[in-house]
Amino acid sequence: MATFDVIILGGGPAGYICAIRSAQLGLSTAVVEQDKLGWVCVNIGCIPTKALLHSAYIASILKESKEFGVEVSNIKTDYGVAMKRSRRVSDQNSKGVEFLMKKHKITVIKGTGVVQPGKKVKVGSDVHEAKKAVVIATGSRVKGIPQIGLEINKTTVISSDEALLLERVPDTLAIIGAGAVGMEFADIFQAFGVKVTLIEALPRILPIEDAESSDVLAKSYRKRGIDVIAGAKVTKATVGKDKVTLDIETGGGGEKKQVTAGAVLMAAGRAVNTENIGLKECGIQLTDRGFIKVDKNLQTTAPGYYAIGDVAGPPMLAHKGFREGAVVAEIIAGQKPHPIKYDNVPSVTYCHPEVASIGLTEDQCKERKLDYVAGRFPFSANGRARGTGETEGFVKILRDKKYGEILGAHIVGAHASEMIHELAVARENEYTVEEVDLAIHAHPTMSEAVGEAALDSLGRVLHI
Amino acid sequence: MEALSPTMEEGRLVKWNKHEGDPVKSGDTLAEVETDKAVMELVARADGQLLKVMVPEGTTVPVGNVVAWIGKPGEKLDGNAAPAPAPKGERSAVSGARETPAKPTPSAAPNPAPAPQPVAAVAPADATRVKASPLARRIAKDAGVDLKLVQGSGPGGRVIKRDVEGAPTATVAAQAVPRTADRAPRTGVPYEDVPLTQIRKTIAKRLAASIGPIPHFFLTTEIDMERAAEAREALNKQLGEEGGKISFNDIIIKAVALALVQHRACNAWFQEDHIRYWNEVHVGMAVAIEDGLITPVIRNADMKSLREIGAESRELAGRARNRRLKPEEYTGATFSVSNLGMFDIDQFTAVINPPESGIVAIGSIVAKAVPDGDRVVVRRRLRLTMSCDHRVIDGATGAVFLKTLKQMLENPLAMLL
Repeated sequence: MATFDVIILGGGPAGYICAIRSAQLGLSTAVVEQDKLGWVCVNIGCIPTKALLHSAYIASILKESKEFGVEVSNIKTDYGVAMKRSRRVSDQNSKGVEFLMKKHKITVIKGTGVVQPGKKVKVGSDVHEAKKAVVIATGSRVKGIPQIGLEINKTTVISSDEALLLERVPDTLAIIGAGAVGMEFADIFQAFGVKVTLIEALPRILPIEDAESSDVLAKSYRKRGIDVIAGAKVTKATVGKDKVTLDIETGGGGEKKQVTAGAVLMAAGRAVNTENIGLKECGIQLTDRGFIKVDKNLQTTAPGYYAIGDVAGPPMLAHKGFREGAVVAEIIAGQKPHPIKYDNVPSVTYCHPEVASIGLTEDQCKERKLDYVAGRFPFSANGRARGTGETEGFVKILRDKKYGEILGAHIVGAHASEMIHELAVARENEYTVEEVDLAIHAHPTMSEAVGEAALDSLGRVLHI
Repeated sequence: MEALSPTMEEGRLVKWNKHEGDPVKSGDTLAEVETDKAVMELVARADGQLLKVMVPEGTTVPVGNVVAWIGKPGEKLDGNAAPAPAPKGERSAVSGARETPAKPTPSAAPNPAPAPQPVAAVAPADATRVKASPLARRIAKDAGVDLKLVQGSGPGGRVIKRDVEGAPTATVAAQAVPRTADRAPRTGVPYEDVPLTQIRKTIAKRLAASIGPIPHFFLTTEIDMERAAEAREALNKQLGEEGGKISFNDIIIKAVALALVQHRACNAWFQEDHIRYWNEVHVGMAVAIEDGLITPVIRNADMKSLREIGAESRELAGRARNRRLKPEEYTGATFSVSNLGMFDIDQFTAVINPPESGIVAIGSIVAKAVPDGDRVVVRRRLRLTMSCDHRVIDGATGAVFLKTLKQMLENPLAMLL
């Protein structure tokens, strides 16, 4: 038994950042992790998928390289090699987190933690005690849809966990769910020569993004041969030894069709890890949707127990968890951190072209009956984008008509994930579209399109 | 952090008027500091250059902490600029000089100001600068909100959108109904934790100190205000265009002051081992301000005319709402009046503001049917409740004071006696 100021359950992004910030503030800190540090993000999420997406990107640009005066013959792709490279990247990152734990003198306890009353955490047969707080950051996991026969069996019905470790790709793959995960794997597998069918239950792919972003991606995916089926309900799945047949209804049940694929990748949502960690015994309640109930300070219904990251509620994004981890550490240390603005968490999908957004979509502006103006600028009118041949996409800024507040911003295009932060800074500091325009954008850059979209919302666009 | 008022224990640095590198002269305003009740100026106690600011805007520090260093232009501070208690050599720490402020040593003030900036060029521009987001500025401009009056909730006290939305506009500000009293936004969040502001801390401390150890008792009486109302109408008619109308509150303050002259037993401070009975009458009047209340004092109210009381109370209340009262303007009352009549409150009990031993709580003046002999007439009536500290005032003592007060209000001519 050991005593710490803070014990954190889970060494994923929310947990390890909470640990580092706690240690920075002089608190003795322990992290309980059953697997590798960095967990989903570093090992089976954010990081390896970005490595694979880059492999896919190289494959796709090589196919078009002749046009750029570079002829490459006999292009072969090997998912196994790409996968192994992605594992090395993940391992480096996980070791990086281990190093950070050592650097900050954070105790890493290997094992599965269970919280107990009295701010105690049981790991195996050891019981550790927290003097100040226990932080629950147990994260989430992929889930199947057993109701229709799509239980993850790790061979023909797989999740991203398995997809990331495949030695070779199936010939055909059906992906259920066209959120960020489904979109990214569709991109990867298509580039590695798989015939991909992307199935989304909601009326459009990337349902949380602006409808215009979804449209550009649907067009782009169809152009490169991905079968995109939106508004589709999978009514039945027949799982065979080496293939899966899906019965699908589209058009509100009007049309029926069958999709057969060598494997099905489940990318329709995640389940939070709240079972068997002692929540009930400590008086920690869940919300109707199954997340841990927290107050404004991320404290659970049991005083002294906090929850951060995916278990604490949506959006289930690593960078949201990072911020919660840091903020909770400061709260525990008695500071008064600036409150998190949950409406200012950027959302990014790293498919090609990338999709990034912040704030409201245009449909949400309409639903809320806001008086807004949309400014747009297509990358087809941007010099840098023309130079690289990456003219797909646009920047769209939704501004409040009266005061110019940036209500929402949407970028589709190469490097959208990097460009969105100009608008995140603007929104965080309440800059209006005019301040975005006043900031001088270097020429030629993709970012010029951000300034131009701001100008367009003011009726003063220059380059179209 | 200097003790800027006798009761100040900590201060929140609202705004630096001088910045690192600025030349300063003894007496220059360095910064604005929110004390327990007001926003005050922190002035330099030495000449030279503002070398280093130790306390960022928006931070609260106890009296006695170093908030900045003044020294010779270009002089280097020790490595970590630790808030060493003793300013050594030629530097002067701007700190909690409860004792006599350290005189600048002669050598501290040679005057080779690095940039011979005319002081006027720096100071006024800075004095009016408000940290606010561009969006907040636009909304404020459009809505006529004076940003200087808005408490910023962004980093370093920066005024952001949510601070100006629903902030009182320049004209409406006069009403000063606390913002926290507004209808709660239905955002789905069950509650909102708001940190205690300096003034809220002071109110909590003082009023808890009051209702806890002070044995309160309450006396309520109903007063016929018909004649006072008639007198007021007549007086205001006479004042006519001259402006400066007389309010019921002014009449009540005057009557309370005169009644206290007759009942010194109620015009007293409880001082732990003694009672200080006052010969002078200083009436505190509770004023609701954004985020709290404050009781500016009408001094020698018994000797002032209704017109003077009216003008003074309006002026004090105005400055109270802008947090610009000096400490001597809200301390030293011998008795207080709290009026919630304008909020349609029939009657209430007010909490004594120690060390005073009494306060009267004024309800609204309402037309009521009252018996007059064998008929019923409609009269304007007022319910007034006096809270008494039983350590000073006994039931009968309070009752006779109230009787005098009632007579004065029911027969305003008695005030002329």
